[in-house]
Amino acid sequence: MGCFLRARLSHSWELQEQRVSSMAAASTSKYNSHSLENESIKRMSREGGNQDLSETVPRLPGEMLITDKEVIYICPFNGPIKGRVYITNYRLYLRSLETDSALILDVPLGVISRIEKMGGASSRGENAYGLDITCKDLRNLRFALKQEGHSRRDMFESLMKYAFPLAHSLGLPNHHWRITFINKCYELCDTYPALLVVPYRTSDDDLRRVATFRSRNRIPVLSWIHPENKTVIVRCSQPLVGMSGKRNKDDEKYLDAIRETNRQISKLTIYDARPSVNAVANKATGGGYESDDAYHNAELSFLDIHNIHVMRESLKKVKDIVYPNVEESHWLSSLESTHWLEHIKLVLTGAIQVADKVSSGKSSVLVHCSDGWDRTSQLTSLAMLMLDSFYRTIEGFEILVQKEWISFGHKFASRIGHGDKNHADADRSPIFLQFIDCVWQMLKQFPTAFEFNERFLVTILDHLYSCRFGTFLFNCESARERQKVMERTVSLWSLTNSNKEKFKNPFYTKEINRVLYPVASMRHLELWVNYYIRWNPRIKQQQPNPVEQRYMELLALRDDYIKRLEDLQLANSAKLSAASSSPPNSSQMMSHLQTQF
Amino acid sequence: MLGKGVVGGGGGTKAPKPSFVSYVRPEEIHTNEKEVTEKEATLHLLPGEQLLCEASTVLKYVQEDSCQRGVYGRLVCTDFKIAFLGDDESALDNYETQFKNKVIGENDITLHCVDQIYGVFDEKKKTLFGQLKKYPEKLIIHCKDLRVFHFCLRYTKEEEVKRIVSGIIHHTQSPKLLKRLFLFSYAQNNTVKKLEKEKLASTQKEIRNSCSSVLGTVPELFSLRLPAYFVVPTPLPEEDVKRFQGHGIPIWCWSCHNGSALLKMSALPKEQDDGILQIQKSFLDGIYKTIHRPPYEIVKTEDLSSNFLSLQEIQTAYCKFKQLFLIDNSTEFWDTDIKWFSLLESSSWLDIIRRCLKKAIEITESLEAQNMNVLLLEENASDLCCLLSSLVQVMMDPHCRTRTGFQSLVQKEWVMGGHCFLDRCNHLRQNDKEEVPVFLLFLDCVWQLVHQHTPAFEFTETYLTVLSDSLYIPIFSTFFFNSPHQKDTNMGRESLDTQSKPLNLLTVWDWSVQFEPKAQTLLRNPLYAEKPKPDKGPRKGMRFKHQRQLSLPLTQSKSSPKRGFFREETDHLIKNLLGKRISKLINSSDELQDSFREFYDSWHSKPTDYHGLLLPHIEGPEIRVWAQRYLRWIPEAQILGGGRMAVMSRLLEMMEEVQDLQEKINERHPSQAALHAETRHAEASCLLRNSARLSSLFPFALLQRHSSKPVLPTSGWKALEDEEDLAKREDDFVDLGDV
Repeated sequence: MGCFLRARLSHSWELQEQRVSSMAAASTSKYNSHSLENESIKRMSREGGNQDLSETVPRLPGEMLITDKEVIYICPFNGPIKGRVYITNYRLYLRSLETDSALILDVPLGVISRIEKMGGASSRGENAYGLDITCKDLRNLRFALKQEGHSRRDMFESLMKYAFPLAHSLGLPNHHWRITFINKCYELCDTYPALLVVPYRTSDDDLRRVATFRSRNRIPVLSWIHPENKTVIVRCSQPLVGMSGKRNKDDEKYLDAIRETNRQISKLTIYDARPSVNAVANKATGGGYESDDAYHNAELSFLDIHNIHVMRESLKKVKDIVYPNVEESHWLSSLESTHWLEHIKLVLTGAIQVADKVSSGKSSVLVHCSDGWDRTSQLTSLAMLMLDSFYRTIEGFEILVQKEWISFGHKFASRIGHGDKNHADADRSPIFLQFIDCVWQMLKQFPTAFEFNERFLVTILDHLYSCRFGTFLFNCESARERQKVMERTVSLWSLTNSNKEKFKNPFYTKEINRVLYPVASMRHLELWVNYYIRWNPRIKQQQPNPVEQRYMELLALRDDYIKRLEDLQLANSAKLSAASSSPPNSSQMMSHLQTQF
Repeated sequence: MLGKGVVGGGGGTKAPKPSFVSYVRPEEIHTNEKEVTEKEATLHLLPGEQLLCEASTVLKYVQEDSCQRGVYGRLVCTDFKIAFLGDDESALDNYETQFKNKVIGENDITLHCVDQIYGVFDEKKKTLFGQLKKYPEKLIIHCKDLRVFHFCLRYTKEEEVKRIVSGIIHHTQSPKLLKRLFLFSYAQNNTVKKLEKEKLASTQKEIRNSCSSVLGTVPELFSLRLPAYFVVPTPLPEEDVKRFQGHGIPIWCWSCHNGSALLKMSALPKEQDDGILQIQKSFLDGIYKTIHRPPYEIVKTEDLSSNFLSLQEIQTAYCKFKQLFLIDNSTEFWDTDIKWFSLLESSSWLDIIRRCLKKAIEITESLEAQNMNVLLLEENASDLCCLLSSLVQVMMDPHCRTRTGFQSLVQKEWVMGGHCFLDRCNHLRQNDKEEVPVFLLFLDCVWQLVHQHTPAFEFTETYLTVLSDSLYIPIFSTFFFNSPHQKDTNMGRESLDTQSKPLNLLTVWDWSVQFEPKAQTLLRNPLYAEKPKPDKGPRKGMRFKHQRQLSLPLTQSKSSPKRGFFREETDHLIKNLLGKRISKLINSSDELQDSFREFYDSWHSKPTDYHGLLLPHIEGPEIRVWAQRYLRWIPEAQILGGGRMAVMSRLLEMMEEVQDLQEKINERHPSQAALHAETRHAEASCLLRNSARLSSLFPFALLQRHSSKPVLPTSGWKALEDEEDLAKREDDFVDLGDV
């Protein structure tokens, strides 16, 4: 937690990222990004702080004012003191407004442990309505506010948001889920992030016992929680059932605890991403799947997605039909024989099923494959993309990748083979590319639902291999920490966030609660020509896209007209007032306006 | 949902179970409980339309989400259409009704639109034709616009079933006489609409204006296929023209800016007799000499009958292709989904499109780059000739990409050019073998261009789709004759007979007959990049007209202003060189391929000029399925709130906003009225307000899915035969061992 708060101070893009970060796992990017971010820091400071603030409130680079309010600070030593409180994304700052007091409170938000409301709108008594803030440094801060107009709501929400950025968008921790530090030094699972969210009821000791029964100790942890019906997506690796069909009471109990978090009686749905034959075969090497006998309250289905080797071969075939020459007359059957789109279809179908279960509130979902870092990452992240519009923004998508892929230990180093000459390494596989392809298919089907454009996806893929950024280096968070990736490299997101305009989809329309279900039919899936066949000069993309271009022209036109209209209104009113108050001495203005008067 | 009632077992003589045809049990079908007769839609008859037979308590299946619903109603058959009258339609929103076709309702099928009729007997699906011994419990109608209707007759009285089924089969499948077409009874009874004749006349005038002043035309009706006016090379003696009823003479289609012309010629009739063959040969020799002789340029002959597609191929391909979209149920959809690409390929339809586009590029290359005249040769010069000559014009002449231009192109090359619409659409059901969708193939080729170069076209894909639907609506005379001559004789005699009443024929181009003004905006492309108007000059204020190339065919283009002083000489030089090269090239298809490639690649390497030459991409991934036309009725293929429509509606909204602002500025400040020019097309674009959740199938098939439930493949996975060993491998080579 400490290092993560330190990181908040230095880089504005991280601030934003972590502010909205929905899960502990996302909060791991602490790269050096000064060079790219200077500009935006300056801009933000200018916008963020008003003049008053900059004079009276100390600020760090990247720190910006969120809200300020007149309050009464109920000082336990000197009694109530009238003051103005400023909340920035780093601190709570209070300055006394009373002449005889020079009291100043300067509390970093990281110090806050708990925020409670005191009193209600109808509470009587002096200073009975306000907030009580419990701090980790052994003090409490009580503020009283005016009762009218829900005056504390704004302050409460800002504090909650910025003091507890991890939990913000998903409302965590809550009565059912807690953040555990059991993996703080990666001692429980070296391929998981340091922070994990687990059912409230389950103790850390329970978790340790569960870990013994999950491949590579990758225990079921929370990925996403539905804001209304509270059903969840949980991810993990396969259970170590083995040939003998071993059972583990703690694991069974744990899954039941997960099932019960949304207070529904329905069964927990387990999606095993593998084809059932593979899941069965995995028993021979100690793995397996959750059997009906052991898990009465769970319902298991297989999603039939093939393994990394099949995907690798499939992509090789795609290359064969598009490079250097594009297969012409038998294009369609060649495309089919690569099976690439068929795999895309299965991945999307799986993700749709996960999203549908959760969105309909039917049941919570647990997703795993063998180790839970390839197919599982694809499924959870795609389902989240369908369910939660936040992940369809540029920042949201970065967080999604950061969390479900980078933090949860998708083995980028092995799958891509960064810097490794062993090109035939069986560990290599285009799993992440396949995920981005699925995202592209969704983008294609819902051209107004994503804040980012195709270029953004291509850029991510280009830097997946470029090694210019630290983002996709190493296999897991613990390795990144050991190698000090955060200090030694720059994050890809610093590039994308500082060039946002380039990556924005002009047609984007924000729709908060809309669940997107792509149609996983071959009738709609298509080969991503602009990525896979971009080297072929014959197949060149229309740049810029004419629809987009026309739309941008219209946008510019609209802005221009709005400005003209404002000018006209301004001029008219100026003229009216001029006509009424003083004789029209400004003939210059008249001629300029050319009105009908 | 309207009804929640459940139909009982229906007396239950048979225990129905789900099957591939009827995959829901009747008990599962939710139906409308209300009294059938109570709230039924009334039958709207067109002028001259007569009710022939009907049946009540028919259950129409409506697919909604993943289950089927039944709607009770009346099934009727008139001499114009088959119609189902239930109260299904009340579910339509107000704004959705604006996009309905005014002539053909959602549950109407014109008799000409019926493709195949199937009956279900004991859950087996059989094609229905001729006299029936046994009547089916369910009727499935496949339409030529690719709709599929399921009517359950289980609850209908037996005699009504007999009457409606045999009535439908008879009126849609038995051969008809031309005079019995609904077209004529409609034309006699319709008094509202304006005459088509005016428009027809203007088309003829256009052709005349563009050429007759210099070249001799042959005004007499000497051939049954040729229009009243056409253009031939000047030195051609008139008796030659008449000698073989118009066969064997080159007819002008269009001229390129460099003067090279596109010609078409119908082949001489095939003869066995040596003597006649000899005469034909010398006749043709004479013709070729005439057109090869200076001052004319080299003529390249494209024999479409022998070296290109056959009509048979097109017919077979389309038959296979359309089956991929005539889908009876969800199971069928997902079963075919896995093999989708190979099914598509095995139909060859996309490949045929590619070949047409490629041939059109080749012809364009000859005209544009080689300065050659091209003569298209075909048996009747009325199928592939029409297709290629109009395709070449769409690619080369920007005027043909406007709405009026495209309309006159179709009118000139297809309607007046004698394409046998009556036979090719099999409107009279006289000969199934003649039914070949050549015109549809043309529209599909144009669609590929529209899809690839959207801003170059004033019309949208929706325009092409509704045009293709209009082929089967027998109130428009446009596509119901084999030749202008056939039309004129039939119309002429008719008016003589009845004398008092002139025939009121409608043309398909009058879109207001079918669509409300708001719906018509969907036919206009908001992205169309109009040619920038010249800023100054004496023509300012005049209505801008596209600069059309009217230079005359087969004349030495000495006077062409496009040529510079030196150009002509170099051209001459090039032509000499080319001439030699070409004579060499005739035998070398490889080099021909090279020049094609060079032309193709060099065009595609430059930025696209939407007002200039337009070439399609013909690589594998670039030839696509015209999704709007073919997938529009399939609920599984619907993307709710997505697809191209989502972007287009955003664009239209923005145009409307900009226009509103313009008006506000103009109100306040008339002097800035110059702004007005910018967004002329935004008129009435407010149609798409609140359209965030439009389906990708809009404006077709509005009703299938209202909820946002996902469609899930029912059968997705298949084993990978060829990669069995890989599929079995572990992701990571680590033995988990005993933990």
